Amino acid sequence: MNLLSNAFGIHEQALQVRSQRLEVLARNIANADTPNYKAQDLDFKAMLKEVKKDVLTATHAKHYAAVAEAPDNGMRYRTPFNSSFDGNTVEISVEQAQFGKAAGDYQATLQFLENRIGGIRKALKGE
Amino acid sequence: MRTLDSVFGIAGTALNAQMVRMNTTASNLANATTVASNEKEAFRAKRPVFKALVLEEMTNAGAPHLGGVKVDQVVDDPTPIRSLYEPGNPMADKDGFVYLSNVNEMQEMVEMMAASRSYQNNVEVVNTARQLMMRTLDITKS
Repeated sequence: MNLLSNAFGIHEQALQVRSQRLEVLARNIANADTPNYKAQDLDFKAMLKEVKKDVLTATHAKHYAAVAEAPDNGMRYRTPFNSSFDGNTVEISVEQAQFGKAAGDYQATLQFLENRIGGIRKALKGE
Repeated sequence: MRTLDSVFGIAGTALNAQMVRMNTTASNLANATTVASNEKEAFRAKRPVFKALVLEEMTNAGAPHLGGVKVDQVVDDPTPIRSLYEPGNPMADKDGFVYLSNVNEMQEMVEMMAASRSYQNNVEVVNTARQLMMRTLDITKS
C-alpha cells in the first residue's frame, strides 16, 4: 500500500509544527504584561534541518561512538525593537501580526491536506 | 492534537489574570475617595504582579496551561499617602486631619483600558484557535 503509507507527505508534520508555533505565540500574548518575560518564537528552518540531519553511525568496531547532541527544538528568543522598563520583550503588535500569519499558514497546510484527501478519495472511487 | 488544546489553556490563564487586574483596578477606583483617621489605615492602590507559568512543577504535569500566566502577588502602591485638614469630618484625628487614599484615578483608567485590551487580545486568540480546530475537524468532509 504505497499510496496510503505516505499519503499526506510532509504536510502531516508541517501541521504539527504550525500548531506548535500557534502555541508559542499564544504564550507570548498571554504573557504580554509579565515582568521579565522573554518572547520566543520557532525557527522553522532549524526544525527542518533537524529532521533532515545526517546521523553518524558506527560501522566498524574501531569507530568512536558519535557524541549525541541535544536535538534542536527550534526555540529562539525574539529580539525586541524597543526595550521595556520591566524587562518584558513581548511587543503585542508583532505578536498579533505573527499570530495572524501563523493562523493563515495553518489553514494553508490544512488546505494542502484536504486536497490530498480529495485526490485519494477520487482515485478510490474511480469516477 | 495536544498543541491547539494548550492554546486554549494558555489564553484561559491570561483571561483570568487580566480579569484579576481589572478587578483590582475597579476596587482602587471604588476606594479612591476613602478616608482613614491615620496613615497606616489609609487605602493604598493595589497592583497585581504577573508571573509566567514556565516550570513544569508549577502546575500539574502535562497541564494544558503550561506557558500561561498567573497572578503572583498583589502589591500596594508605594506612593505616599496625602493628609487633608478637615476638622469637621467624623474620621478626623485629634489634630483635625484625615488621610486620603493614594489612588490616582487617571492612572487607574489607563490601567483599566490596558487590561481590557489585553483581555480582548486573548479572546481573539481563543477565537482563532477555535476556528482552526473546527476547520481541522472538517478535513474529513473534503
